[in-house]
Amino acid sequence: MDRLGNGIEAGRLAPAEYEANFADLHPRLDRHEALVASDRCYFCYDAPCMTACPTAIDIPLFIRQISTGNPLGSAKTIFDQNILGGMCARVCPTETLCEQVCVRNTAEDRPVEIGKLQRYATDIAMETNRQFYQRAVSTGKTVAIVGAGPAGLAAAHRLARHGHSVVIFDAREKAGGLNEYGIATYKAVDDFAAREVDYVTAIGGIEIRNGQALGRDFSLSDLSTQYDGVFLGMGLAGVNGLGVEGEDLQGVDDAVDFIAVLRQTADKSLVPIGRRVIVIGGGMTAIDAAIQAKLLGAEEVTICYRRGKENMNASTYEQDLATANGVIIRHWLAPKKIVGEDGRVAGIEVEYTAMRDGRLVGTGEAGVIAADQIMKAIGQTFSASGLGALQFERGKIMVDVEGRTSVEGIWAGGDCIGTGEDLTVSAVAQGRDAAESINRALMAAAQPAMAVA
Amino acid sequence: MADIRNNFVGIKSPNPFWLASAPPTDKAYNVERAFKAGWGGVVWKTLGEEGPPVVNVNGPRYGAIWGADRRLLGLNNIELITDRDLYTNLREMKEVKKNWPDRAVVASIMVPCEEQAWKAILPLVEETEVDGIELNFGCPHGMSERRMGSAVGQVPEYIEMVVRWCKQYTRMPVITKLTPNITDIRHPARAAKRGGTDAVSLINTISSIVSVDLDSFSPNPSIGGKGSHGGYCGPAVKPIALNMVAEIARDAETYGLPISGIGGVTTWRDAAEFLALGAGNVQVCTAAMTYGFKIVEEMITGLCDWMDEKGHRTLDDITGRAVQNVTDWQYLNLNYIAKAHIDQDACIKCGRCHIACEDTSHQAITNMVDGVRHFEVMEEECVGCNLCVNVCPVENCITLDALPAGQLDQRTGKVVDPSYANWTQHPNNPMSREAAE
Repeated sequence: MDRLGNGIEAGRLAPAEYEANFADLHPRLDRHEALVASDRCYFCYDAPCMTACPTAIDIPLFIRQISTGNPLGSAKTIFDQNILGGMCARVCPTETLCEQVCVRNTAEDRPVEIGKLQRYATDIAMETNRQFYQRAVSTGKTVAIVGAGPAGLAAAHRLARHGHSVVIFDAREKAGGLNEYGIATYKAVDDFAAREVDYVTAIGGIEIRNGQALGRDFSLSDLSTQYDGVFLGMGLAGVNGLGVEGEDLQGVDDAVDFIAVLRQTADKSLVPIGRRVIVIGGGMTAIDAAIQAKLLGAEEVTICYRRGKENMNASTYEQDLATANGVIIRHWLAPKKIVGEDGRVAGIEVEYTAMRDGRLVGTGEAGVIAADQIMKAIGQTFSASGLGALQFERGKIMVDVEGRTSVEGIWAGGDCIGTGEDLTVSAVAQGRDAAESINRALMAAAQPAMAVA
Repeated sequence: MADIRNNFVGIKSPNPFWLASAPPTDKAYNVERAFKAGWGGVVWKTLGEEGPPVVNVNGPRYGAIWGADRRLLGLNNIELITDRDLYTNLREMKEVKKNWPDRAVVASIMVPCEEQAWKAILPLVEETEVDGIELNFGCPHGMSERRMGSAVGQVPEYIEMVVRWCKQYTRMPVITKLTPNITDIRHPARAAKRGGTDAVSLINTISSIVSVDLDSFSPNPSIGGKGSHGGYCGPAVKPIALNMVAEIARDAETYGLPISGIGGVTTWRDAAEFLALGAGNVQVCTAAMTYGFKIVEEMITGLCDWMDEKGHRTLDDITGRAVQNVTDWQYLNLNYIAKAHIDQDACIKCGRCHIACEDTSHQAITNMVDGVRHFEVMEEECVGCNLCVNVCPVENCITLDALPAGQLDQRTGKVVDPSYANWTQHPNNPMSREAAE
């Protein structure tokens, strides 16, 4: 296939190029590298990195365990707080979390490589399938979980540890949620998301039922009646539209679909991509889509974002990664209309924007950028089907600090809750904490009434 | 421009940096390389008696401990004296001295504690025209089991006896190398002086087991599953060596006895410290074995630059300058009061000062002020112990500043007294009360 062929085509590159382009972004540190990197940790008191971690992993301790030649002990320290520590080591925006607050930044502008060290330790444990937790004696209690993403898996593992029986219902063919479908390919190579699901569920007492969608295959009241507790950990299934003319033209795609298809296609040469691709949006999805479009052989990839660089949700690190891969990021451009030709995308008309009196407005100055393919990455929405009586906030499920919804016996966490942060690691924390809350509730209910003398 | 030429008991060298008697000085090849690199002198690896030489183990001879980034901090060795033929060494020593007349070449000797043994070897060494001899009374491993090395250095009477023989049978300057594996270094030093030694050198290595292999449960270095204590050296031993040098330098009996300082000298700064505590020059081994001979360039330039900056013209301007400031604890000024101070601009907020003080000391450093992570010394609790200074990863971030006389010490509520008052005068000292009565 022609590298510079117009339109949306597969096979723009040679096989070796695909292999190189979709290889591991950051190969695991080897032992020596890990020792050198771990030496830099100061073992801070009340460490800022630990505070910045949504799952509160004891980072100074796990790094010290690496430095003393105890990577398995290190992995357990990580998994104690975050059973999905392996994926988080790969996808966490550490540059805005733990590594951002590392005290090494103050003096040297270079943090301890916490993410890479976490991956070093967790990889060693997972590759040898070293399991650190045993299921407690069965409590006879059952919990239903909706969604086998980070929140659901974290909740399931913690519930299983407490001896409860868990059934996870997931609408997709594979478990893992965004880890399986939404992460850029080069961040989780070698089927890592699936391997992690196996690692987490190996504790036992967790059954995953795929192809089961809430509101289609079962109802919330089914779960409430059949199970002792319910945890909702759904993702964001909906995608925001641009709301401009031409959105239905051939060649206008959702970035999340593109990322999912790419992840699920073993042979990347089969994934078609435009010669000139425009990605609309400023978050991580936009970056992931743009970079991978480039890696598939698109000649020209442009991210158009309607606000400034400082407003982008994607971290500086991710932005730099995009530009290093040849992606052009243009700010202060809003889509006005998608230009078509013979029913296919031919370009996009954009208007310059500016902040006036605290409001984003169009300046009236417009132009057309030629493109074969347009990807929308302007946010995902929660589609609240089948949730009946649950109360909502900001379009998502309302929960209290323990993850309890407005309906007794139903908990929720992850992207589907009002306080969701669109981060794997936050979803893990919410799933884990909700599981503890569920456990407390189930065990309190199971306690025989105190005998009164 | 600083003049760092060294004259140590009449032995002249262009600088005070000698290589100690050790593996780096075992043969002409190494010593020639050292001289080309700029070393001022060498003490040749210890010679033994005529006859079949000693043999070394054929497995590992060294073990180590490391600091961050695997910086070698301490080295342990079980190598014996030279395992080469005596005459091969003597021939090479003579040749090297002839080729490098401006450098110091000193022969280290270890033979049995018998007059005849010393009487036999001294003329052979003298014939090489090297500059002096160093008596190895220090090695704690191997040779000590054969009643040599530290087995001699631990018995002051033997030291005095052997030194006396040497002074009797050779015209060469005699340097007596002392073992630190004793309780009070002043006794062997005094014995050496009584025997007529021209100088002492110290320290030799410290008896040590550097680590244990936790799979085989063998000490390291492991020779087929067994280990033996070795001699410990390197940066880790410097504080021990500095103290021993100072003890000899300020002892009334050995005051003024020339000292060649040895023990963990790694940088010019280490060398300057040895000189300040009374050493006339220094000997180096582990630093060279870690980084190669080139490190002497850093030592030479560093020492010269510091001397120039401070206006010291010659080594005599430095040697012994700190001796008068080494005293007994009982004479320390108890009216001197210092408080830690944290430079907030330099602070990286690691919190180590806080936790060290909070957990293990005096609860004198905050970790939170007005809800913000903030580390500040509470003067009313600070005893000025310096632990925070030592554990802080940023140099000069925390300093210990003396309170000027007349200022209030918030901890005791007393004003700083400008006068000097030590323990011997303190009311809590029962001895002082007795004296007063």
